[in-house]
Amino acid sequence: MDLLHYARAQMGLSLAFHIVFAAVGVGLPVLLFISDALYLRTKDPDYLELSKRLAKGTSILFAVGAVSGTVLSFELGLLWPNFMALFGEVIGIPFSLEGFAFFTEAIFLGIYLYGRSRISPRLHLFSAAVVAISGAASAFFVTLVNAFMNNPRGFELRGGVLTNIDPIAAMWSPSWATQTVHVLISSYQATAWAMVGIHAFMLLRYPSSTFHRKALKVALPVAVITALIQPLSGDRSAKHIAEHQPWKLAAAEAHFETSRDVPLYVGGLPDPDARTVRYGIAIPYGLSFLAFGDLHSEVKGLDQVPREDWPNVRNAHFAFQTMVGAGTAMAAIAVVLIFFAVRRKQLSQWLLKLLVVAAPLGFIALEAGWLLTEFGRQPWIVRGAMRTSEAMTKVPDLASPFWIFTLVYLLLGAVVVSILVQQVRATAPFDSGERA
Amino acid sequence: MSLAIAFVLVAALTIYLLSGGADFGAGVWDLLASGPRKQAQRDAIERAIGPIWETNHIWLILAVVVLFTAFPKAFAAYSTAFHLPLTLFLVGIVLRGSAFVFRHALWEQPKPRKRWGLLFSSASVIAPVLLGIVIGGSASGRVHFENGVVLPWMGPFAISVGVLTLSICALLAATYLAVEVDDEALRKDFITRATGTAGMTALLAIVSFILAAKEAPSFISRLTGRPESMAMIAATFVLMVLGIVLMRRGRIAYARIAIAASIVLVIGGWAVAQYPYLLAPDLTVQNAAANPKTLKLAAIALGAGSLLLFPSLYLLLRVFKGTRDGVIVDG
Repeated sequence: MDLLHYARAQMGLSLAFHIVFAAVGVGLPVLLFISDALYLRTKDPDYLELSKRLAKGTSILFAVGAVSGTVLSFELGLLWPNFMALFGEVIGIPFSLEGFAFFTEAIFLGIYLYGRSRISPRLHLFSAAVVAISGAASAFFVTLVNAFMNNPRGFELRGGVLTNIDPIAAMWSPSWATQTVHVLISSYQATAWAMVGIHAFMLLRYPSSTFHRKALKVALPVAVITALIQPLSGDRSAKHIAEHQPWKLAAAEAHFETSRDVPLYVGGLPDPDARTVRYGIAIPYGLSFLAFGDLHSEVKGLDQVPREDWPNVRNAHFAFQTMVGAGTAMAAIAVVLIFFAVRRKQLSQWLLKLLVVAAPLGFIALEAGWLLTEFGRQPWIVRGAMRTSEAMTKVPDLASPFWIFTLVYLLLGAVVVSILVQQVRATAPFDSGERA
Repeated sequence: MSLAIAFVLVAALTIYLLSGGADFGAGVWDLLASGPRKQAQRDAIERAIGPIWETNHIWLILAVVVLFTAFPKAFAAYSTAFHLPLTLFLVGIVLRGSAFVFRHALWEQPKPRKRWGLLFSSASVIAPVLLGIVIGGSASGRVHFENGVVLPWMGPFAISVGVLTLSICALLAATYLAVEVDDEALRKDFITRATGTAGMTALLAIVSFILAAKEAPSFISRLTGRPESMAMIAATFVLMVLGIVLMRRGRIAYARIAIAASIVLVIGGWAVAQYPYLLAPDLTVQNAAANPKTLKLAAIALGAGSLLLFPSLYLLLRVFKGTRDGVIVDG
């Protein structure tokens, strides 16, 4: 690998790792809040137990998220100093606001996690709410930065010098609304589906457990609602990028030549040199309709962009397919779940098994969606203004830091999983009946 | 305006050292826990930093964000010049924080608790040294670039500032712990540690000063040539001695104030001597500053953020530091 690839790999690794914990940091507080609120209303000890158990996991996940987030804030400079030297003043404001949101989140999480017996139940519930709101705010602000990178505004660039810098305009890139909504829903969705999967698994092993049944009751509504609205938000995003970042949609769909009546490929292996997609299933008019709501509309292809400025079409297409595939699967399961709920039927064995299998889908979709937005922007770090290669540091050795962080994150990932598995196992005999 | 933001930056770093630095220092005392109350010392450390270390840590993130928003060129230069120590510092931060929560989660299992405790405490020792090396390297005025590649700057002075930083962290931690613990014998343990470290900190400060005379002459001439910085350094030593005396007499709550104030003045003296340079000899508070519009917005964001931050911080400290019965409750 050359230096640029090491730098991108280190940034990608750090983000891919952090994003899981960040999403949990956004999603879990909502589930904690629901569980605590249910306890306060019903006084059912199972809900109290659930929120205590979730809090244990949260304390680990949040801490790892906080330290891996610190790494990222430094890596902006360690890996991309030219990007920060030039654009730091353009896009620093949302980062500053994120800093304060993060402060609030950490403070109230500390109060929430360690203060249960020291403060009133209402202040305790209030801190869960503050954690949930500030967690969402952090994700919101940091996504504004990404929206800027994809669709920059608020500056003029001449001969490597920025003029007319307008940080407010930069903060509200035209892509801000579609991106932030999509990101926030994905965080709730990924967390809820993972939690559903875990408790479905435990319920299969301990079918009489009221504890795990109630845990499902907390997480399932969030899982179902997000799975159903996320495709709508995704559709809005697709229509938005069709207009504002057509090259990204073209890469995601491996659409090479600008044309009308464009089909949509499901699966398939793009061949950028031959400018075709092999082995894919083509849905006639699919992409024209998806992008503009009209079967015959013209969709811009990669031919609008010079060949050297193409993103990696295979990566973008694969990431897009993965995201859409996982999202569709969750939406389909959500429909089945609604059917069960309407009929007031108990969750059957096969459905629980399906939920276990579906547990990672939310995170798979989230990672794939993030990869799509990053792959799809390449070779630019700020679309049209600065290339990723221009942004890179001149430090000669980037392989060592990459391998160091790879090892550290592999270790941490393995330990976090093993501790969480232990914590889930410890919930096995839990039941209000058994404890009484 | 750029000067006001630079002041906020120094303030954020100061609070980081006083709070987050003390958490690293607590790790040092976890590593060096000894005597008949070895486990009790570690328990006290666990209770003291558990609920607050993540919040304390965010002062560092705030400082970084303010730096790259208001002084983007300085951020880029620091990241390039100090690539290696900063990378290792980050590894230390990641391992310290993760190992601490892993130990907390596995508290009931003696072996993993020991293993993660060792990683937590050794990472707590390494991280502040690396941060200090960066500060020392920057004060040295030796950082030069050729075509974007940094020339060697490392030397005994930078290392001495690293060790001094570690010593300050340990001193703060021992002082806070002496105030916070309930048990008198345990309190004595931490008082002994605090007074010993105070002496060592003073010694290391003198060593750094001597090394700086050779390696960072321009920094030293600014330090000694400016009445403000000299006054601060002199006051530092007075407060440090006062702190030790108060502590020996059992007035530990006052000793804590004196010692924390002396550390604030160390940083104040350093900042005054550093001025106008963010990274000598090329980058100053003026020539590295962002455009006026960004500076103004950053100031507004910092002001508005503080309105939210300080009441929340007050609540956090009242919940956990207001009483002395620090029992670990779930989580």
